[in-house]
Amino acid sequence: MFVDFNYGKNQRGKTSLSTTVLRMVMSESLIFYAIAIVAVGAGVLVVTLRNIVHAVMFLALFLLSIAGLYASLKLDFLVVVQVFIFVGAVVVLFLFIVMLTFKISDFSQAMSNRQRGLALGASSVMLFFLILALAKTNAFSNLHKQDAPSASGGFRELGTEILTTYVLPFELVSLVLLVALIGAIVIARKQ
Amino acid sequence: MELLYDTKKLIDNIYNALQGLFVQYHVPVFFLHLLIPIICIGLILAFISVNAMFLIWLERKVSAHIQVRLGPMRVGWHGILQPIADGIKLILKEGITPKAADKWIYFISPIIVFTTAVMAYVVIPWAPGATMRDLNMGILYLFAATSMGVLGIMMAGWSSNNKYTLLGGLRSSAQILSYELPMTLSVVGVIMLAQTLSMTQIVEHQSRLWYILLQPLGFILYIISATAEVNRAPFDLPEAESELVAGFHTEYSGIRFAMFFLGEYTNMFTISAIATVLFLGGWNGPVLPPIIWFFLKTYSVIFLLMWARWTFPRIRVDQLMSFSWKFLTPLAFLNIGLTGVFVVIFT
Repeated sequence: MFVDFNYGKNQRGKTSLSTTVLRMVMSESLIFYAIAIVAVGAGVLVVTLRNIVHAVMFLALFLLSIAGLYASLKLDFLVVVQVFIFVGAVVVLFLFIVMLTFKISDFSQAMSNRQRGLALGASSVMLFFLILALAKTNAFSNLHKQDAPSASGGFRELGTEILTTYVLPFELVSLVLLVALIGAIVIARKQ
Repeated sequence: MELLYDTKKLIDNIYNALQGLFVQYHVPVFFLHLLIPIICIGLILAFISVNAMFLIWLERKVSAHIQVRLGPMRVGWHGILQPIADGIKLILKEGITPKAADKWIYFISPIIVFTTAVMAYVVIPWAPGATMRDLNMGILYLFAATSMGVLGIMMAGWSSNNKYTLLGGLRSSAQILSYELPMTLSVVGVIMLAQTLSMTQIVEHQSRLWYILLQPLGFILYIISATAEVNRAPFDLPEAESELVAGFHTEYSGIRFAMFFLGEYTNMFTISAIATVLFLGGWNGPVLPPIIWFFLKTYSVIFLLMWARWTFPRIRVDQLMSFSWKFLTPLAFLNIGLTGVFVVIFT
């Protein structure tokens, strides 16, 4: 969508040497790794920064770089939804709550945790299974073999699937959201 | 003159001429493809600055004549050069940073507001073939890009470390979040009729009948909630002068204040352009060239917004939320339901 890799072909369909070199430099994997480094860096800053407003800012950067990863895989629909939902709504709500909390940004947050050992164990088990799953699906070798998106960007197919094949899970998800909404209202009403 | 009517041909001619030049001097065509987006961005930025200056002048003139005044008259013909004088003043002014401000966020937030305002221009169809990129989910992209602007406003409000700016930022985010829903929903009816999200294709679908005739409710809902989205009166609570000094940009001065101002007028043009594309048939129209029709319609919508600003009093903060959630959103859902029945019966 944002980066078109068919640039640089001249009219006879042949590519010149300099064009080839340039295209290698700007190849997809390079873009992928550049965005991935930004994502990981921002993610680390989210959990290590002591100023909570700054942490939310880096959360926004992290979510944007994930959208960038989707763009490099040409998943147009996911890019837009990621930006729309996560950056445009979730991060804004986070900020809203942080700003409304009394003087939360004035003192730096305590970073210690008494359950450090338990957390380390749980996260390493999760990491182990994640790596296992990744090794099974050979996700990395398939990374650059994406099918070209269809004319409508894939969301026509997505919509049809959701409202025909997967209509029951779709309705169940909306029910879960409704329950969460009512729960939030009930909790807020008590005070 | 004929090329003005056939913008597709005009753009092809420019492209071919540039390509010929590149081939003649043995520069790889790849560089041309790198250069084209840069040229487009340059053109858009130039347009944004000129347009903002024109809109500021227009707003002052419209407000003056509504209030039976003359407005700026001294600089140039009917004060047409007044925005240039204002711009020079803003650039030369000292930029003051409050001592207690969060420096980084304070500097970044005007840039975020301006950047997100510019991002929307990628998909605006000015004339046949004259779109920077005709994305196949143009409308979704547009709403996603503009929904990020509120981040900059909130950051500006918080980082200035001032209670008025903080309150302005909070009000603005609450307002934008609640009016985003009716705005997005009001457009769904158009998408259902056109069966596409691409801006260019939506305009092409309206060559016979403008969607405002099929979607009058959607148009009214869109105009109201879009006015709230860009924080304009009667929804200008985030910068209510009588309560909050100047709202989230109280502590900004000089060029950074100018960036907020630019972003605001850019957003105003964007929402009017979207209204033109989705409801008023975009570039379609008889006799005049398509690009003229596009601007004619867009500036008419802008004039409507200015008219509303200087006519209606500001809405109260408790009315603001209930108006969106209890009135606009249910009506938008009703519009979607009616459109669905309409589409099933008549197609």
